This record gives sequence, C-alpha cells and structure tokens, in this order.
Amino acid sequence: MNSIRVLSPGFQTTVQDLGRFGWAHFGVSASGAADPLALRAGNLLVGNAENAAGLEMTLIGGAFQFDESATIALTGSDFSADLPLWTAVEVKAGETVRCGRSRTGARCYLCIRGSIAAPKAMGSASTHLMTGVGGRALRKGDVLPIGDEAVRRPRRGGTAPPFPADGPLRVTDGPQAGWFQGELYRAEYLLTEESNRMGLRLRGAAIPSPAGHMLTEGVPLGAIQVPPDGQPIILFVEHQTTGGYPKPANVISADFWRLGQLRPRDPVSFERVSVERALELMQAGEKWLYGL
Amino acid sequence: MLTDIRAASDRSLLVRFGDQISLESQGAVVRLTRALESVRGILNLHPAYSSVLVDFDPRLRSHEQIEAQVRACLDSVDASPLEEPRTMEIPVRYGGEFGPDLEDVARHTCFSAERVVELFAAAEYMVYFVGFSTCFPYLGGLPPQLATPRLGAPRKHVPEGSVAIGGAQAGVYPLASPGGWRLIGRTALRLFDPQESPPPLLRMGDHVRFIEERGA
Repeated sequence: MNSIRVLSPGFQTTVQDLGRFGWAHFGVSASGAADPLALRAGNLLVGNAENAAGLEMTLIGGAFQFDESATIALTGSDFSADLPLWTAVEVKAGETVRCGRSRTGARCYLCIRGSIAAPKAMGSASTHLMTGVGGRALRKGDVLPIGDEAVRRPRRGGTAPPFPADGPLRVTDGPQAGWFQGELYRAEYLLTEESNRMGLRLRGAAIPSPAGHMLTEGVPLGAIQVPPDGQPIILFVEHQTTGGYPKPANVISADFWRLGQLRPRDPVSFERVSVERALELMQAGEKWLYGL
Repeated sequence: MLTDIRAASDRSLLVRFGDQISLESQGAVVRLTRALESVRGILNLHPAYSSVLVDFDPRLRSHEQIEAQVRACLDSVDASPLEEPRTMEIPVRYGGEFGPDLEDVARHTCFSAERVVELFAAAEYMVYFVGFSTCFPYLGGLPPQLATPRLGAPRKHVPEGSVAIGGAQAGVYPLASPGGWRLIGRTALRLFDPQESPPPLLRMGDHVRFIEERGA
C-alpha cells in the first residue's frame, strides 16, 4: 500500500477529518480540523470526499516522504513549503514535502489524493488530543498508509478563499446574552499561549461576572464563555461537552476556520450579527468551496 | 415544567426544562435525548441536568425545523415511560493512596473516615448525565451530610478511576485529568477506553452503587 513517512512532525501534526459526531452525550466532542474550510478545500482539490482525513500542522510544519507518486494539496496558512498553496500538485516517488515555520496563520493542511487511511475510532479518523481518542500527535518515523478513496478528478489552479482572516470575529447571541451589557463588543483581546484545540483563551479587559443562577448545560463549538475572572474562553474543536459558565455569544459557523488560524498574541475582537446574517455568510463559504 | 427553547449558536438549539435539578426534568432530558438520537441532520446531543443542547447541520436544517421536531418529540414522548434503569456496581478502594481526600471529607463532615465510606457506599446514585470531558458521569444521590466543597485549586493530575465528591455531587474520573473534586477512593473498572468504541460503562439514567473492595 502507498504510504508516507514522517521524517519530522513539526510542532504538532495530527490526522484530522471533519470530526466525530454522535458521541457528545457520552462527553466526547467532535474534534476534527481546526480550519475546516482549508481541509475541505484541500480534499476537494485532490479529488477526495471533503471529509477525508488529511494532516493538520500547527505553527511549524513537518517533513513527509512519499514512497510512491501522489497528488497532494497544501491549504491553509503559508508554512514556507516549496510548493504552491491551494492547488493540486504531483509529488514523485521518494520525494519529500517539507514545511517550515508559518508565515501567516496557525495551521496548514496536507491533503493526499486517496485520503490518509488512518484507523477510525467511533466513526472518525480525527485525533482528539486531550483524550487520546483517535490516536496521538504524529512522531518521527510514523508511517501512514494512503487509501484509494478518491471520488473525482483533481483540480489544479485553485485560489485562496476570498474571505479576510482579519477584522472582528462575527458572533451570534449566546444563551446568557441577556446577562451581559455588551462589554464583549467594546474590548480588544489577545490570544494567549495557553490556547489549544480545547479552548482559545483570551486576555484583555475583564468582563464583570454577571449575576445569575447557572446550571451546567451543553456547550457548542465556538461558544464564548466568561469564567469568574472575566477573561473569555472560546470553546474550540476539542471542547468539553457541558459547562457551567455563562456565554454571552457564539462564533458563527462561517468564522470557525478563522479560529483555527489564530496564533498566540493575535488580536481578537467581536462583532454581533443575526443568525440570518450568520447563515448567509456560511452560504458564501459553501459557494466558494463547491466552485473549486 | 416550563420549556424554554432558544438558539445557542447558528447551528444549535438549547432546550431547557426549568432551571432546577430534579428527577422530573432529568426524565424529560432522557426522553428528549432518546427521541432525537436518530434524527437526520442532528449531529450531536448534549444532555445536562435540565437541558439538552441540539447541534445540527445548518446546511440541512434550520432552527425552526429543529424546534418543530423538538416540540413534536416533547408532545409525543411526554407520557412514554422510561425503560427500567440498569443498576451498575462499581468496586472501590477507599482512602489512603486511592482516596487522598477521604480524611478531609471526614473532617469537613465531622464523621470518621469509616463512617464516610459506610454512608457513601450505602447510597444509591443515579447518572444524571454524562459530559464534561469524555464520559464523566454526573451522579445525583450523594447523602447530603457528605457534601464537601471542591478543592480551592484543582489538582493537575487526578488518576483514572478516582471516585470523588464535588459539593453535593459525586462522580468518577474516567481518564486521568486535572480536577477539583475531593478524591475518596478509586475503582479499577474502566469507565472508558479510548481504544474501544463506546458505549461507555455508565449511561444517562443508570443507577449506580459503590461496593467497598478490601484487601491487597
């Protein structure tokens, strides 16, 4: 079977698809690609189903040797690779794809035609780092088999998504929006080093703890929770499934990919939109993807 | 019981049955979760004490459609009886290295450590829901006189299988993780194995008994 060898894993490289759904009532969140737009685009470019498993690199990319020729695509942030981004390219047998330090955002995806044939746990190949479900981060010497699950012809000459990565993150009201006085929209935050795939921790002007009786309840991806210290946490792909902190807002689906590209010390601010507007923005992303 | 349904995000709906912990709301949570389990377009269900969060695919379903589905379920499942709960027995070694906080619980509750174990093991618990991080069972039924506040600062490392008291709740840590609950014992039973597929050992609605295990 065709395979790739990890010569260097970079800072943190994991196998990701679009996530593991249907287990939240057992306390297992979906995980999946931190920038789902980039993974989906990469898969579509090489001719995979959009949910196929690829490699997610974080901040510093790795080096991967191909034992046979393959069609691949790099998407997401520019990780100083010697290959064009957002287009399908051919690599020869024995060739190594080397990625380095990011020049733009936090994540870059390597998608391979046929998909990474990693074993599935609970229906998904996605690595959930906090719990070990679906495996662990890649290490030097790991060998990953490549499957033959391509579904269409590769696409060359793709373009980067026409959506800006900067500007305020768009949010809709969270379940406890009424407990807050819009403090979230007046402040500027910085992403802290303590952020990971479970949560993006922000630092800035503290939001006063609202009064109110809060019972632990289910929490969705992108929920912004405000613990007693007033520093917001955005729940990310490996988030806990339930929580007891009030949530003034929730990042919209169309901006999930931007969460995956935030780097420590990046500025973060928020803009409130309606659910209707959020869904229009999501449709724009879908339209771009399916135009690839 | 007042039902409140609202959007939690552009792809989820939060259904709340009042804001109290009660057997009535817990029954409603279990019924709704079971009824929605196989509905197309719903990606995840997050039951809690008195609420269910419904995550759906916004490309396939709208908030209005999911809300209509939830209301239809509430109407039809209201009267349906819950299945007979299972009773699960969890063997526990109490105190010492297994339960480093047992003495603190004893001090706080003004019982001897032996009496704490006796009261704890005599009670029957119910899994209100499973959540937080990976299969953590939230148990109701702790004898009120054993309620003990959480640690001031959470431990960085709680061993897998630790049986713990957090305020008026009890729970078992399925995986080694950070945690602020008081550890009174440990079970060798695996609640969750990341290499195996669920369902995990404990499920919402299960009854639980902690059986004292002695000896080496």
